[in-house]
Amino acid sequence: MLAEICLGFVVLGLTAYAVLGGADFGAGFWDLTAGGDRRGGRVRGMVQRSMSPVWEANHVWLIFVLVIVWTAFPVAFGSMFSTLVIPLFLAAIGIIFRGAAFALRGQAATIREARFLGAVFALSSVLVPFFLGAALGGVASGRVPVGNMAGDTVTSWWNPTSVTVGVLAVITGAYIAAVYLAGDAKRAGLPDLVEAFRTRALGAGVVAGAAAIGALVVLRSDARPLFDGLTSGDGLVAVIVSAAAGVATLALVLTRRFGPARLTAALAVTAIVVGWALAQDPYVLPDELTLEQAAASDATLLALVVSVGIGFLILVPSLWYLYRLVLQGRLDQDYEPLDQRFRPQTASDRPRGRT
Amino acid sequence: MADLGTLAAAAQEVAGSLGRHPAPDALEARRMQALSLAVHIPIVCFGIAFPAMFLFVHGLYLRTGDPAYKALAKRWSKVALTIFAVGVVTGTILSFEFGLLWPDFMATFGEVFGLAFGLEGVSFFVEAIFIAIYVYGWDRLSPRAHFLTGIPIVISGFAGSFNVIAVNGWMNNPEGFTVADGRVTDPEPWTALFNENLAHELVHMYIAGYIVAGFIVAGVYASAWLKGRRDRYHRTGLVVALSFAALAAPVQIIVGDWAGARVAETQPVKLAAMEGLGETTEGAPFTFGGFYDTEDNEVKYGLEVPYMLSLLAYHDPNATVQGLTSVPPRDRPPVNWVRFAFQTMVGIGTLLALIGVVFALTWWRKRRLPRSRLFYYAVMAAGPLSLVALICGWITTEVGRQPWIVYETMRVSDAVTASDSLEVGFAVLVAVYLFIGGALFWLIRRLTARPPETEVGAPVRH
Ligand code: HDD
Ligand code: HEM
Ligand code: HEM
Repeated sequence: MLAEICLGFVVLGLTAYAVLGGADFGAGFWDLTAGGDRRGGRVRGMVQRSMSPVWEANHVWLIFVLVIVWTAFPVAFGSMFSTLVIPLFLAAIGIIFRGAAFALRGQAATIREARFLGAVFALSSVLVPFFLGAALGGVASGRVPVGNMAGDTVTSWWNPTSVTVGVLAVITGAYIAAVYLAGDAKRAGLPDLVEAFRTRALGAGVVAGAAAIGALVVLRSDARPLFDGLTSGDGLVAVIVSAAAGVATLALVLTRRFGPARLTAALAVTAIVVGWALAQDPYVLPDELTLEQAAASDATLLALVVSVGIGFLILVPSLWYLYRLVLQGRLDQDYEPLDQRFRPQTASDRPRGRT
Repeated sequence: MADLGTLAAAAQEVAGSLGRHPAPDALEARRMQALSLAVHIPIVCFGIAFPAMFLFVHGLYLRTGDPAYKALAKRWSKVALTIFAVGVVTGTILSFEFGLLWPDFMATFGEVFGLAFGLEGVSFFVEAIFIAIYVYGWDRLSPRAHFLTGIPIVISGFAGSFNVIAVNGWMNNPEGFTVADGRVTDPEPWTALFNENLAHELVHMYIAGYIVAGFIVAGVYASAWLKGRRDRYHRTGLVVALSFAALAAPVQIIVGDWAGARVAETQPVKLAAMEGLGETTEGAPFTFGGFYDTEDNEVKYGLEVPYMLSLLAYHDPNATVQGLTSVPPRDRPPVNWVRFAFQTMVGIGTLLALIGVVFALTWWRKRRLPRSRLFYYAVMAAGPLSLVALICGWITTEVGRQPWIVYETMRVSDAVTASDSLEVGFAVLVAVYLFIGGALFWLIRRLTARPPETEVGAPVRH
């Protein structure tokens, strides 16, 4: 029971990271693809403004997951981190570049500085979810055995399942980000950006759906047990919920109801993470280590559950306060296109009334 | 693995649950760990001390309504937010490195000490949430609510360091588990969390945070002072930062003495390494300078003060102090590293306390800042020096613990990853940290160059 609760924490943390952190990475994706200084300036300004107050809190979910895994499932943690050393190291480096470049870009004084920092930020925003996804794919497809670097350090993450999960992580992040940014742009009263992100959300949504179907095909040949788990019983239910939520999000975005679309987009991701956990039940490392075997002793699990439980009593109201302030627009900074500071203002820069 | 000579010790030793350790000295991994820590810790000092500093100035603003205070508090909080972001990413690297470099340490002991990190996660969350609300909430929240959102930042900065230090204290003084047949059983996570090393390490590190952040910030304003910028804004920046540091520095000597006494009690071999004491001695002397000769097991060319070590460590001139030769050579840390680092820390600590006392006395007796230019140069030097003391302190603690990752229980070489290509990772990390360091430096310069008026949109100089 205690082990299941701790697994629940891990799933919760992964979901929150995928939804919230994933959206921040996705925002980086749109930053990367926004085009030249002038054309992309407006999109980048919106990305900068939306992410600034929340990205650090969103990032902590990753730390939360790591900490729970190494405390509650120490042998699994040691095995994963030694075998998957390459993608995890690259992800860690990407995280450094992403965070530092983003924080510094707000202070850039010339367009060249902004351009350089922006490129670093955006590029690493794409690489980090890919490598994290690839590492998860290695675990899910049973390529991480128990032991100190007992698995293959290359094929454990460079294989069909890993690449698929990695690509999927990038695309879903972009999808959620576009939905959120469209909502934020609406609140800021910037109709042209609402349209820009709405179009991106629709495009990314269709691509994400196609990629998800493609992923099932890949899993069928490369990771049969996982495929079977996802296409039967509880796993199947989760997949269907995810698909339905994905389609609902598209419909809501199409009709410009971005508030509810935020929720369905989050649900689509949640369902798929939960589905994955269900599909590999009872294993933590497929065919190697069950939840039972991986779990730390009861004294540790109990202490962890109690302290995280108490922590949530502080955390949940704090997070609620933050997101409430953000969604009410109380922390909003004045919007300015990112390239604005570096050139004279023109008529097209000013907000054009509220929607 | 254990030879006959160490069989007695080996009964308590743990080899690790994952197995396979082809890197006997783990040098690459240790270098990487040390580098990442040496980058993270100084940054974190600002996470510990800066919130209290800007909140103090914010309080002054609320009481007086003087825009100079507001400009300063706002500026400091913005700098803190950026430094926090860098603390977050460098800390993330550390979390990854625990797994990437020391998988067997985690696999074997994660269940014993992990709890502290669980609590740590919560405090980072709180810190990240409220620092964002605070910084982006300037002029947007009601003044009262806005000030109140600053308080959780101060508390979580403390809670965050509490938990990491608990883990480090436990590595140095492990308790809360049983070893049977080379395996770890019966973990007691709460016992491990509140281990006996926690108190002194926490207080010492927490005060170090105030010293480092205080002197570095004061150094920036001291240099402005020397260039003639002495308006209210710069003066406040100097006085507040310097007051925090000046109060902390003398206290640190007392805490350091307490830390030394604790080390003497729980880690006698580390103490022997710090002092370069070869043979177990009654009424042991303290030796300044010189170097430790590992052949003859004594300090060469040092300056001896009789009985002083016994006095410092046990507060009794005739106490017996355990020497390095009481354990086999393979269980001794690299003495010169530890000893040199320790003496540097103590030397710098004494100097910093002196600066603090000069400032405090002048302020108390004459209600003004010292006039001598030398004082301002000293303050500018104090920032980098306190950084050196900080790192030296950690070298004392961490290298002094060698060859153990968990003191007298698990060897570093039994914890390390089986990877043999860490050089590449090390090179990449060096490049990354150079980028970060350069970027931070650039940022601080950029911010200080911006006139304070940009913060409040009103004149602040008078
Ligand atoms: C600004 C920084 C700073 C300054 C001025 C000092 N220290 Fe320190 N010292 C540290 C910063 C530090 C630290 C934060 O780096 C360490 C590493 C581990 C710890 O708990 O604190 C440390 C460790 C440390 C230890 C080892 C503790 C252990 O291994 O458990 C001892 C014995 C001392 N210190 C003693 C002193 C003395 C006698 C000082 C007197 C002048 C002094 N320190 C000044
Ligand atoms: C929670 C706190 C800490 C943990 C769990 C921890 C863990 C470790 C580990 C696993 C190693 C490598 C094994 C070894 O050489 O002993 C190490 C080494 C080291 N750590 Fe710590 N550490 C902590 C805090 C710190 C801090 C705050 C510093 C400060 C800079 C530090 C400085 C070092 C140094 C310098 C080494 C290298 C030792 C060598 O080269 O021999 N440690 N630490
Ligand atoms: C090996 C040891 C360490 C690890 C694994 C570690 C891990 C981390 C992580 C993951 C973060 C970022 C949290 C986030 O995402 O918000 C962080 C930040 C922080 N760490 Fe460390 N840390 C270590 C050592 C230390 C030490 C020795 C201290 C201080 C006493 C410390 C104090 C802090 C603080 C206060 C922050 C908040 C960031 C800031 O205020 O700048 N950490 N650390």
